Amino acid sequence: MSHFTKHLKADSLVEPLAAAIQNALKNVEPQADRLVASASERETNAAAKWALEQIVENNRIARCSGAFACQDCGQAVLFVTLGQDLHVEGSLTKALNEAVALGYRDARKSVADPITRLNTGTNTPAVIHYDLTEGDALTVTYLSKGAGSENMSRLYMLTPSKGEQGIIDSAVDCMRQAGANPCPPVLLGIGVGGTMETCALLAKKALTRETGTPAVRDDLRQLEQKILAAVNALHIGAQGFGGDTTALSVAIEAAPTHIGMLPVAVNMQCHSVRHCTCTF
Amino acid sequence: MTDPKQNHTLTLPLSEKDRLQLQCGDVVSLSGTVYTARDAAHKRLTELLAAGKPLPLPLKDAAIYYCGPTPTLAGEVIGSCGPTTSARMDDYAPRLMAEGVTVMIGKGKRSAEVYKAMQTYKCVYLAAIGGAGALYKSCVRACRCVAFADLGCEAIYELQVENMQLLVAADARGNTYLQ
Repeated sequence: MSHFTKHLKADSLVEPLAAAIQNALKNVEPQADRLVASASERETNAAAKWALEQIVENNRIARCSGAFACQDCGQAVLFVTLGQDLHVEGSLTKALNEAVALGYRDARKSVADPITRLNTGTNTPAVIHYDLTEGDALTVTYLSKGAGSENMSRLYMLTPSKGEQGIIDSAVDCMRQAGANPCPPVLLGIGVGGTMETCALLAKKALTRETGTPAVRDDLRQLEQKILAAVNALHIGAQGFGGDTTALSVAIEAAPTHIGMLPVAVNMQCHSVRHCTCTF
Repeated sequence: MTDPKQNHTLTLPLSEKDRLQLQCGDVVSLSGTVYTARDAAHKRLTELLAAGKPLPLPLKDAAIYYCGPTPTLAGEVIGSCGPTTSARMDDYAPRLMAEGVTVMIGKGKRSAEVYKAMQTYKCVYLAAIGGAGALYKSCVRACRCVAFADLGCEAIYELQVENMQLLVAADARGNTYLQ
C-alpha cells in the first residue's frame, strides 16, 4: 500500500511559480526596501544619502510601473523542500526549470556555459537545492542571485582557535575586499560549520530569511549584531561613497562541523532583494 | 569623503573643458548619446582593434555605459538598465580611451592603470547607482542596437539619455572618490 497521502502533478506548479518569480523581480522585498529608506533618513554623508534615496525611488518606480528593479535578474536559486509523503507525478526538476524559463521570459537571461560563455537563452538551468522533510507539502523558495554580489562572496576555512573573532574578522575582510562592487548597502548571509560546500549552502540559506529577522539562538543573534557593527565601521557606505550604512543586516546559519574545523562562508547579497516562497 | 560639491547639467559629447571642470564628488545631470558595452562587447572591440579592422561605432568623444539591459518589451524604449561592475572592463578601458572614449559610466572602483589613462586622455568616470535599473530606464528616450546583436543583452546599444543623474567617481586629474 502506498504511503503517499497527497499527489501533485509537477506541471501544476509551473505557472504559479513563474508568476511568483516575475513578481519578485519587480518588487524588492518590503523589509529590505524599508531598511534602505530608514538608512537614507539617518545617513550623515550627503553623497551616500543621495545614493540611498535613488535606490528608494528606483524601487518605487519598479513597483509602480512593473519594471524589473535591477537589470541583473540573476541566476534563479531554488530551495525546494519536499515532503516525503507527497507523490510528485512527472519530473519535478523539469517543471522547476520550466517555471524559471517562463518566469524569466521578459527578464534578462544571464546564464551561460562557463567555458564557451554561450548564453543558454532561458536563464536555466536553475540552481536547485533539494531537501527532504516529513509531511506532504512542497515548498519552493526562489532567490534571484546577481553576479555583482555573488562575485564578492568568500569561503574561509578557519581553525577552531580563531573562534568568534575569526568569524567577525572573516566577514569584515570579505566586505573590505568587496568595496563598492556588490552595490552596498548589502546584506550578509553567513554560514558557520558543516563542510566546505554545506557551509556555503548555509550562507545562501541565511539569505532566504526575511530581511532583518534575527537568528533564534542567542549567541548567533549577538554575533549577527557584532558583525553588522564591525562591517559598518568600515564606512564603505552606499555604493562605496563613504557613509554610515555599508550593510543593512546580517543573518547567520550554523551547523555542527568537524572538531578540527571552523568553516565560515560569507555570501554577499545586494540591496535589491528579490525572493519569494510558494507552497504547493 | 565629503559632500557632493557641485551640480552640473551637461550634454554629450563632453568637451575637454566640460571634463576638466568636473571634480570628484560632483553630481552631473547628463543628456545625449551613450553606448552600452560590457564584457563580451569590449572583448570584441579590442580584438577588432588588434586586427586593424574597422569598428562598428565611432569611439571619438564617445561615452560608454557598462550595462546589459533586460529585453525591450512591446511599447517600451528599453528594459531595466542599471550599471554593471566597471572593474571587469578595466583590462580593456585604457585602449578604448586611447581610441577616443572620454566618458565611462559604471559602478565600483577602477584599476590604477585606468586612472592613469584617464589622466593621460582627460577622461571622466561617472558612477551610476547599482541596482537602479528602473530609475535609469526612465531616463532613456531612444535605444537601438548598433553592434553585436548576437550578444543579446551584451550587444552595443546606442541610447539617447535625458537627465541621467550620476556622481563623478573619478575626474580627469586622477582624483578618485570610491572606497
